[in-house]
Amino acid sequence: MFALEIENLKKTYASGLQALRGIDLSVEQGDFFALLGPNGAGKSTCIGIISGLVNKTGGSVRIFGHSIDDQFLLAKSMLGSVPQEFNFNTFEPVEEIIINQAGYYGVPARVARQETERYLKQLGLWQHRRSQARRLSGGMKRRLMIARALVHKPRLLILDEPTAGVDIELRRSMWDFLETINQQGTTIILTTHYLEEAERMCRNVAIIDEGSIIQNSSMPALLQQLNSETFVLYLRHEIERVPELPSFDQIELLDRNSIEVEVPESLTINDLIGELESQHIVVQRMRNKVNRLEELFVKMTAKSDRSSFA
Amino acid sequence: MLRQFWIAYLTITRKEIMRFTRIWVQTIFPPVVMVALYFIIFGNLIGQRIGQMDGMSYIDFIMPGLVMMSIITNSYANVVSSFYGAKYSRHIEEMQVAPVPNLVILLGFVTGGVARGISVGFAVTLVSLFFTEFSVHNSLIVLLVALLTSSLFSMAGLINAIFANSFDDISIVPTFVLTPLTYLGGIFYSIKLLPEIWQQVSLANPILYMVNSFRFGFRGTSDIDLATALLVILGFNAVLFIVSLFLLQRGVGIRQ
Repeated sequence: MFALEIENLKKTYASGLQALRGIDLSVEQGDFFALLGPNGAGKSTCIGIISGLVNKTGGSVRIFGHSIDDQFLLAKSMLGSVPQEFNFNTFEPVEEIIINQAGYYGVPARVARQETERYLKQLGLWQHRRSQARRLSGGMKRRLMIARALVHKPRLLILDEPTAGVDIELRRSMWDFLETINQQGTTIILTTHYLEEAERMCRNVAIIDEGSIIQNSSMPALLQQLNSETFVLYLRHEIERVPELPSFDQIELLDRNSIEVEVPESLTINDLIGELESQHIVVQRMRNKVNRLEELFVKMTAKSDRSSFA
Repeated sequence: MLRQFWIAYLTITRKEIMRFTRIWVQTIFPPVVMVALYFIIFGNLIGQRIGQMDGMSYIDFIMPGLVMMSIITNSYANVVSSFYGAKYSRHIEEMQVAPVPNLVILLGFVTGGVARGISVGFAVTLVSLFFTEFSVHNSLIVLLVALLTSSLFSMAGLINAIFANSFDDISIVPTFVLTPLTYLGGIFYSIKLLPEIWQQVSLANPILYMVNSFRFGFRGTSDIDLATALLVILGFNAVLFIVSLFLLQRGVGIRQ
């Protein structure tokens, strides 16, 4: 069964902007799915339509088989969403925000209080339960929105940039939390600009650009499309010029102790190290220039008009 | 499903009531002080020189109108500020993403507005006891008119908030429409004192019907036939209910 089925979804804003140009998308039950795309690609519009915050122009959306048009109350009851921007009353206490949200879903007060306590403890917010939400740090506010989205136990959770502005330590603990939620059966759709996050957690991925889906596949299948990877090599001894490596033509000297080399799919790291050693260049450390998904993403969505701030 | 909606309704109502009671110094106290000043200046000081109006002392005459004025302005102010605040800081989305029918959202906000209107009306009535003797001609009419008027102006506040794009927009209607209509709605005078033409013009002011039916509930006298007044109030309630629900269904001002 599909957790989410989107057919020919279109959205044209009053300004004439065509945000979605008829997209089709299916997300299987239990999946951890990445919806990626550059800024303004249509991700948030798509999520807005699914959540009932944006009116669609055409097409259909079903959540666990329930249409958001004809069975919107049933469809909504299965959905939890964490938007990109903070959208809670910052003057309300943390606990009240979550209990109220449970109330909107018809969760009885006693159960709502239990679930609120559970999620606030799991997300490290229990000691702040009586604080006004405006007094929380940015990371705490993000966790508050996740707790709020989960309090009615949704079967489908949509996270729009859940870790934006969150430090790496907290981001990793949130990844662990989301992976646990997913293992317990909640289908998760994630949009993020941290592609490392998507690569680590998501099994399937769709890339949306200019209102159209340009890629929809499993994460491994997508990454296989990468026909080269760029590595940064840190050298033990200084070099004066770019080394001549017969098998590699994309080499750049970053400084006297580091070079950047593009390794095509047909060659291996051993080939590279071997050619460097033949020139008495010793590699001390190495790393990917960017993560693999990021490299693919940039290639797929590269546009001349987005390459500069001008 | 009905139980789910009932819980959602109670949640919105509770939230709305908590909102204005938490800041009672800004919501309940100022109107009480203001009406106390009206009683002192217009009732006691100037009123004694005016003498009788409609067969009663001037302070007895203006008392129901002042209570009604508090109900009108506070029920309106509660919903317009609460709904616009929710729209502005986007926490209205908490209700929009949840399976809450628009009817439940409407009833929740209106109940919050009614609760504030009635609370302030009750507090003002208590203050009036310092200046005038408490007497009620028909308590059922008093209660009915108070409830219908506060629900009417709660819905009017909601419609204002739906169309408002800035905090200025939520103060324009109260300042330039609501206040003049209230002052010209027969709180301080009987329309029988006006020339015939202005009596006819006054009949176009809906607040006149509310003030007079409320005065009938307290004092047993009115410039307007009670049945006509109640029909007008009910009619306005029905129209604003349909308009509010239609606007929420269409997502005007809250959905792109």
